[in-house]
Amino acid sequence: MFQTAPPPARPDDEYLMRDTTAHPPAFAPGYKTSVLRSPRNALISIPQTLSEVTAPIFRADELGPLDADLILNYARGGMPVGERIVVHGFVRDQLGRPVPGALVEVWQANASGRYRHKKDQYLGALDPNFGGCGRILTGPDGHYAFRTIKPGPYPWRNRINDWRPSHIHFALSGTGWAQRLITQMYFEGDPLIATCPIVRTIPDDEQVRGLVAQQDVAHFVPLDSRAYRFDIVLRGQRATWFENDLQGQTR
Amino acid sequence: MTHLLRETASQTAGPYVHIGLAPRAAGFDIFERDFGPVLATPGTRGERIAIEGRVLDGSGTPVRDVLLELWQANAEGRYAHPADRQPGKALDPAFRGWGRACSDFDTGVWRFETIKPGAVAGRGGVAMAPHVNLWIVARGINIGLHTRMYFDDEPAANAADPVLNLIEWEVRRATLVGRRESREGGPVYRFDIRLQGEGETVFFDA
Repeated sequence: MFQTAPPPARPDDEYLMRDTTAHPPAFAPGYKTSVLRSPRNALISIPQTLSEVTAPIFRADELGPLDADLILNYARGGMPVGERIVVHGFVRDQLGRPVPGALVEVWQANASGRYRHKKDQYLGALDPNFGGCGRILTGPDGHYAFRTIKPGPYPWRNRINDWRPSHIHFALSGTGWAQRLITQMYFEGDPLIATCPIVRTIPDDEQVRGLVAQQDVAHFVPLDSRAYRFDIVLRGQRATWFENDLQGQTR
Repeated sequence: MTHLLRETASQTAGPYVHIGLAPRAAGFDIFERDFGPVLATPGTRGERIAIEGRVLDGSGTPVRDVLLELWQANAEGRYAHPADRQPGKALDPAFRGWGRACSDFDTGVWRFETIKPGAVAGRGGVAMAPHVNLWIVARGINIGLHTRMYFDDEPAANAADPVLNLIEWEVRRATLVGRRESREGGPVYRFDIRLQGEGETVFFDA
């Protein structure tokens, strides 16, 4: 078909169109707060520009030595209470390629289901030795790992007896603004997952299963911690061969 | 056919997003270095501006637990990222172009301190008007919302902007334009974001 070789692919530019069926809709009335916070108009779809394919780049020296250790990063002369766990996995794109240098930010409740936040009024006790946040940069292979305490479930104001399953919040910053993602990780075997109105905003059961971390015996730390594996997929980058140049040049 | 993995499902940032992304706003100090709302440093080139506003829900009530991130080009219109290969535009070593801000828990007002960006090339040679990119997350927002703020003192550039012109309803384009106000301490662009209802802000799927 080609008389000469095609121009080189530019795999670092554009992202695949977002598959909206992979995500919850904005309006999901079972999660009551979404009712007034969801746009009613359709999103305006635009071709990606430099504004969407670029994003901040984070350096290891911006993070502190204990940022990935939630057991020790707020310890005040003692250890936090609760089950010690390691959470780890790979951040990849939709083509299965590792996303190195991605910023992974995590936050969670303590073992009692209480958040260290001035707006959290839950009866569960604060833990003087637990802050509940951490951050990690993925390695060259897209791997991340952090150590923490397994968070507890807690009741929340939706219906009168709704409980959140144990979960850890994840914010991901990859190589492009279009990849920015926030999600939540759940724990294998938790009976609250099936009934949680926030989990159930996701219409696709397979996508829900993707948020459930599996216990990972191979990475237990003997006499210390269990481990959970949670892999994350960000939007994939595609090659652009024949389209208008993102840098504003016509070809 | 190439096998594609599915993107991990989004979930709401929840009411306690500050713990992870802005712990001082949650009420405690933990990281040596927090990521904050001040993008301009003393050495940054460009006109100092602030951008402030509120996020309003479908009842017109300010959303007081929202977190926004801002991503923008430098004063010459170049992003601090290797995918930006625009010729003839220099990087500014004193400007990353990214920050995050939380709304005030009482007033709902958020604020960034930055510089006005230059124009960035759009696709196929049509320049985009100066703009900043905003990403909005909060309790009740199931997937982060992407929008842009343009500048009301750039009417000619805005009229020619290829992204604004993709919005079929001209009346909705105005929802993306910040209003310049002169204040003590420098110019402020006021930009309220309406999640729903009358004057609903345009959000993008890019």
